[in-house]
Amino acid sequence: MKACRYRLTGLAVVLAVGLPFVPLVLWALADRWFFPALWPQSFGLRAWTYITSTAGVQVLAAVGQSMAVAAITAVIAVAMAVPAGRALGLYEFKGKDLVSILLTLPVIVPPLCVAMGLHLWFIRLGLAETLGGVIGVHLTFSLPYAIFVLWGVFANYNPDFEDQARSLGASRFRVITRVMLPMILPGISVAALFAFLLSWSQYLSTLIIGGGRVMTLPVLLFALMGSGDRPVAAAVSLVFVTPALVALFFSARYLGARSLAGVR
Amino acid sequence: MISRARQDLDARTRPGPGFKGLTVLLAPALAIVLVLFGGGLALGVMQAMGYLPGAGLGRLGFQHFAQVLTDPDFATSFALTFYVAGVSTAIAAGLSILAALGLASLRSRWVHFIFQIPLTVPHLVVAVAMLFLLAPAGLLSRGAVALGLIAGPADFPLLINDNWGIGIILVYVWKEIPFITLMILAVLRNSGRELLDVGRTLKAGPWQRFRHITLPIIFPALAAASLIVFAFTFGAFEVPYLLGRTYPMTLPVWAYKHYSDIDLLARPEGIAAGIVIALVVATAVVLAQMLTRAARKKGMVL
Repeated sequence: MKACRYRLTGLAVVLAVGLPFVPLVLWALADRWFFPALWPQSFGLRAWTYITSTAGVQVLAAVGQSMAVAAITAVIAVAMAVPAGRALGLYEFKGKDLVSILLTLPVIVPPLCVAMGLHLWFIRLGLAETLGGVIGVHLTFSLPYAIFVLWGVFANYNPDFEDQARSLGASRFRVITRVMLPMILPGISVAALFAFLLSWSQYLSTLIIGGGRVMTLPVLLFALMGSGDRPVAAAVSLVFVTPALVALFFSARYLGARSLAGVR
Repeated sequence: MISRARQDLDARTRPGPGFKGLTVLLAPALAIVLVLFGGGLALGVMQAMGYLPGAGLGRLGFQHFAQVLTDPDFATSFALTFYVAGVSTAIAAGLSILAALGLASLRSRWVHFIFQIPLTVPHLVVAVAMLFLLAPAGLLSRGAVALGLIAGPADFPLLINDNWGIGIILVYVWKEIPFITLMILAVLRNSGRELLDVGRTLKAGPWQRFRHITLPIIFPALAAASLIVFAFTFGAFEVPYLLGRTYPMTLPVWAYKHYSDIDLLARPEGIAAGIVIALVVATAVVLAQMLTRAARKKGMVL
């Protein structure tokens, strides 16, 4: 009876989560699929040949730009989030609640508002329509997000190990590289993966600051949706979703409540 | 999160690195957030108040805000956005309670992993998938034809670009259920077992146990998570842009349309609408934080 209920719950979860992927995968593999057929008339790799050869340069460039923006954003975010997360996770101090709200807001307030405000200023600084400008606006939410992940990591971190290393004569630098970093490495990877993912999924702020010059994958996908080629849009969607699934696979266990709030 | 009470205790008794030490650790990150996020919003407010570079600050005022707030289209957009965010959140919250109760004692790691997939899938991809699923010539419509329920795409109910934002709401419900559910599950796992046993020995029925034991326990987490979801859906752009109607638009789409208008005079109005969105979102976030803090003060594990 109970086992049966569990099986039903599991089945419901799999069906509900899987349903939207069905048309995506079918369209990406369909050569011909006319209404009202429930199943494609013929399968083939036309969409994939198209995005790797005819439009290959464009798609590859978009993947490259998305990767570059997301990777640099993630590296900067984590480099700054490690010390900040350490301060917030290890110590209690006045104004911690204020810092918490200050960091929660950028994660939830839509980047649209920030990007519209920054745009004019970025134009004058020569940052508009550049990778640097786009990375700057992506940092506004990726960095606070990474801080929340590392805050959780450092809350469970025992700094006594550092004292032991120090009493054995380790220098400050060696304590960081040989004790702290190895201990928090899983947390750092999760923070980096999700900072990467937040940047990777970002559309509107990239469009506003990048001005159509910084052609990331979501910007290209929107353009493709306008063109109406369903197999190609489906194929690009599947490429676009891959890092999201990879990130989840490697980090499902490490995510805490604070970090969940910001995964978009 | 599970051992948060203990962590805070550790943090309180640990000798701090002093003000200087804390500053060194926190300053770079906070500076970036303050300059880019705070600065972006501040510059937005200034532009919405009529600031133009080179024109000086002399003519600052609320005229653009007034124009936006009195625009009848703004009220329609605001109502639509509030409706979409509210209904999405309510449906997601209701289903999340069911999901949490169903998953609480389910140990299969695979089911839990699959359940979390929607968390990381970009909204844009879900929107594209829903379009393929729900459009008049989409997969569901084909299924209805195959079953003999309808004759052609014209008979299929309009679920995309429709009056009621059904496609948009479905995307948000699909995306947000895991988030709310995981927040509830975290609370359910840590407390309530014994109380439910007490309830059972006192002969409380399943509904009574849910209404008087489970619901009060999960309420703060549920409310806080729902507020976050509401805030997010209120300010999100991609999904209504792709699946919504051209009129009325949701507020973020309205703001962006004005901002990117060829008529540069519409720009400050777009930014002003953006600031209004930011205010609504910030209010929801602060409310969520206050709820969480109040619940923690009462000794709840959140």
